[in-house]
Amino acid sequence: MTERMTIRLEVNGRAVSCEVEPRTHLIDFLRDSLQIKGARVGCEHGVCGACTVRLDGRMVRGCLVLAVQAQNARVETIEGASDRGDLAELQAAFHARNALQCGFCTAGMLIAAAELIEQKPHASRDEIRKFMSGNYCRCTGYQAIVDAIEDVLEARLQRTSAPVASC
Amino acid sequence: MLRKRHQNDVGLDERRYIGSPVARPNARRLLQGRGTYVDDIALPRMAHVVYWRSPVAHARITAFDSSFARMMPGIIGIYQASDLEGVCKPWVATLSHLAGMKSAVQYPLAPGHLCWQGEPVYAIVAESRREAEDAMPYLQVQWEELPVVADMEHALDADAPVIHPELGDNLCFTRTIDTGNVSAAFEGADLVVEETYHFGRHTGVTMETRSVLADFNAADNTLTVYHSHQAPHMMQDLYSRHLDLPEGSVRVICKDVGGSFGIKVHSYPDDFATVALAKILKRPVKFVADRLESFASDIHAREHRVHARLAAMTDGRIVGFEIDDLSGVGPYSVYPRTSGIEGNQVLNITGGPYRHEHYRAVLRVVFQNKPPMSQYRGVGHPIACAVTEGMVDLAAQRLGIDPLALRRMNVMPDDSYPRTGASGIKLEGLSHEACLDEIEEMIEYARLRKEQRELRSQGVYRGIGIASMVELTNPGAAFYGVGGARIAAQDGATVRLDAGGGISVLVSVGEQGQGTETIFAQIAADTLSMPLGSIRVVTGDTGVTPYGGGTWASRGAGIGGEAVLQASIALSAQVIDFAARIHQRERNGLALADGAVVDTSTGETVVRLVDLATQAYFRPDTLPPGIHPELSATRHYAQRDYPFVFTNGVHVSHVEVDVETGMVKLLKHWVVEDCGRVLNPMLADEQIRGAVVQGIGGVLFEECLYDAGGSLRNGNMADYLVPMAAEMPDIEVAHIETPTATSQLGAKGAGEAGTAGAPAAVMNAINDALVPFNTRLTSHPITPEKILIALGTVSASK
Repeated sequence: MTERMTIRLEVNGRAVSCEVEPRTHLIDFLRDSLQIKGARVGCEHGVCGACTVRLDGRMVRGCLVLAVQAQNARVETIEGASDRGDLAELQAAFHARNALQCGFCTAGMLIAAAELIEQKPHASRDEIRKFMSGNYCRCTGYQAIVDAIEDVLEARLQRTSAPVASC
Repeated sequence: MLRKRHQNDVGLDERRYIGSPVARPNARRLLQGRGTYVDDIALPRMAHVVYWRSPVAHARITAFDSSFARMMPGIIGIYQASDLEGVCKPWVATLSHLAGMKSAVQYPLAPGHLCWQGEPVYAIVAESRREAEDAMPYLQVQWEELPVVADMEHALDADAPVIHPELGDNLCFTRTIDTGNVSAAFEGADLVVEETYHFGRHTGVTMETRSVLADFNAADNTLTVYHSHQAPHMMQDLYSRHLDLPEGSVRVICKDVGGSFGIKVHSYPDDFATVALAKILKRPVKFVADRLESFASDIHAREHRVHARLAAMTDGRIVGFEIDDLSGVGPYSVYPRTSGIEGNQVLNITGGPYRHEHYRAVLRVVFQNKPPMSQYRGVGHPIACAVTEGMVDLAAQRLGIDPLALRRMNVMPDDSYPRTGASGIKLEGLSHEACLDEIEEMIEYARLRKEQRELRSQGVYRGIGIASMVELTNPGAAFYGVGGARIAAQDGATVRLDAGGGISVLVSVGEQGQGTETIFAQIAADTLSMPLGSIRVVTGDTGVTPYGGGTWASRGAGIGGEAVLQASIALSAQVIDFAARIHQRERNGLALADGAVVDTSTGETVVRLVDLATQAYFRPDTLPPGIHPELSATRHYAQRDYPFVFTNGVHVSHVEVDVETGMVKLLKHWVVEDCGRVLNPMLADEQIRGAVVQGIGGVLFEECLYDAGGSLRNGNMADYLVPMAAEMPDIEVAHIETPTATSQLGAKGAGEAGTAGAPAAVMNAINDALVPFNTRLTSHPITPEKILIALGTVSASK
């Protein structure tokens, strides 16, 4: 029996203190210990992206990070990001384009898409496809996902290039 | 893009939602991660089971000791086949209409004879999954390896080991079609081409793995099973019969399902074992496959070798097809749909679009020591279509006729239906000619060919691959019911005006992301003239919905949708009748509009539905004597006019092959599809796009690789390649609409056409690109290695 460790961290804006086995993956900690189920387990070795969450604001694979590595860190899942309204524009675009079917990959897909929008505001269609290739989807064939992200990027570019109204 | 060729009056002229690209209301919860898949459910006293699976392809257990494992923390129990005797009955998966089919008796846990690597043998139940997994290495198991039948080509050899000696040989099923005089027709032809096609064994790779949570209540003898599944009523029937529980005591609930594609339409030994353990332990037991278990124990599909011949005349007329299909399906036929259907479909569908009269086909389905194969999206179609269209392209090349022109010469004319294909398939009404016309325009065919010629002279090798296809949808009982399987061919819908004025729609066909529930809401909303937001759709619960078959064979929209339409029409008539009687109007002068009963001549609102509901539910004392409003209607629908309602379409793939590296770049993919009435063009297009990409996975990337000893070499998502966003092309979709007259709705299926046609189109495009090199690739997946071997750049390694 491994010795358990106490970790303290912030999950979706709330302080959490919990005993975990050092071998526990972050995704299992979130799903089993905290019962936060929005991020999901797909491949269990960092390929499919279904378990993608944010650790101190950056996306990570929940199955490649140990819970103890999140000590003193901020973790955010799809639930927290949704409640903050952080993903609203992407979620609306995904909805309008039907950029999801079964929904199992969607939480990870949205968090990856949000990171893309932040890092590459001028991404081309090909660049969107490349960036999103760490997230697998077996239902959509990806085109609607690319369309939805492209819609958000275009809308944001139009907003930033719009002339500022004078007072 | 939508073109209507035929108008048939189905009484849905004032459509508001049907035919519109309505976004899915139920997608909102999935977009916030707030869906509920089986692993998200936690019940009080829930135990977890993991399975010790056979590490080898063929063996006999010689010793087993679980005493050390039992000492591990959290262990509730460790079980073997004998522990489940008397709890769960075994099964034999055959269908009587697949004459002569045989399979061995199969148990939830293998009783000593291990027949494939991944077969469940022992069950470890613990308080948590990690405790169960921690105990696994302490199971002490010894086995004696038996000779392995891995290669299907040798499964019927005289000296091949027989996997199940009681069956006599390794032959599961064989079938022959012969239209007569085929040899003479081939002898009299100007051209005979022949070729052998190989299809790699692959699987569905659902993002959510197979999952089941069984909860047995010993006090009232009821079993509730939360299942990631496509056919809840089928599973209810199986659990009822095999666990000896009354049908009404078994409830199967399918909440959100994380991808299915046919993988989740079967029963699996570990499903039965999990449910049996819940019954034994009198507490909830959860099983969620891990990814390795998925690769090793989900059904596989498509392991076929087809030798094909095509006979044609110099003028381009196709005279006949001949095929010999060999398929290896693992050691057991899969229960209850069997493992004979895929090969059977290959025979039925090969040559499907064409009007040749001569056809001879032989099918042999054989047992081998690999995971069981059964129905996966497209079932036989990708194979039949690739063989047919590969042969047509080869013939076109030999005859010096443009491949699009050769297809146009040979497809069944659009005005020639109803008719029968050479294989015996009955066709109600198809539109091959219109689809070819449409796609020629879409792809700017002449320009593409010109570009191809110009680039070729610069050393750039692009190919254009065409594939005409048919797809079997909206099946009647011909698939399973006639063969004795208790799999419903009909589906039912209850449509109800609720007390608050909203509409509840309860349907036996569920959703795994296709948009089925949205389509049902659209149909109910239009028929009852209600806003979409006031329609609540409930599916996936045998305790709540009418009885039905569920999701398979592209039947959700066509069968389930028709049930919703008929129930909605019946409720509409009831509501109007009720309003007419209490408001003393002629019912003929009333109609539903915008949530109210209105006078059709004046447009005056007679009564709002919410007020009718209030009166009926809360103030029946105010109703005249003799009026008993029901405000609820249930209708069932089965398609009984044809064995299946066929759809058709055409795909074109545009690729560039790098002859230095063997890499294939997919430039674009086009589909023209005729699935009858298009209920929601956005959802129909997305079904086609997703299915095309699954077809592309099969033709370019996906294969479960086994060594000669039957060991899986790539059981993870890094080594088993599925399509990624970067390598997929944009897919343009257009529709021709030939509604089926078998239903008032007129909708046919659209879920599998993409998977059916894409492999053929991509294969033909690659071969078209490589014409200057005088080589052809006919072994799927067409990997860079195979291309370089075909080009002579590298030599085949053994």
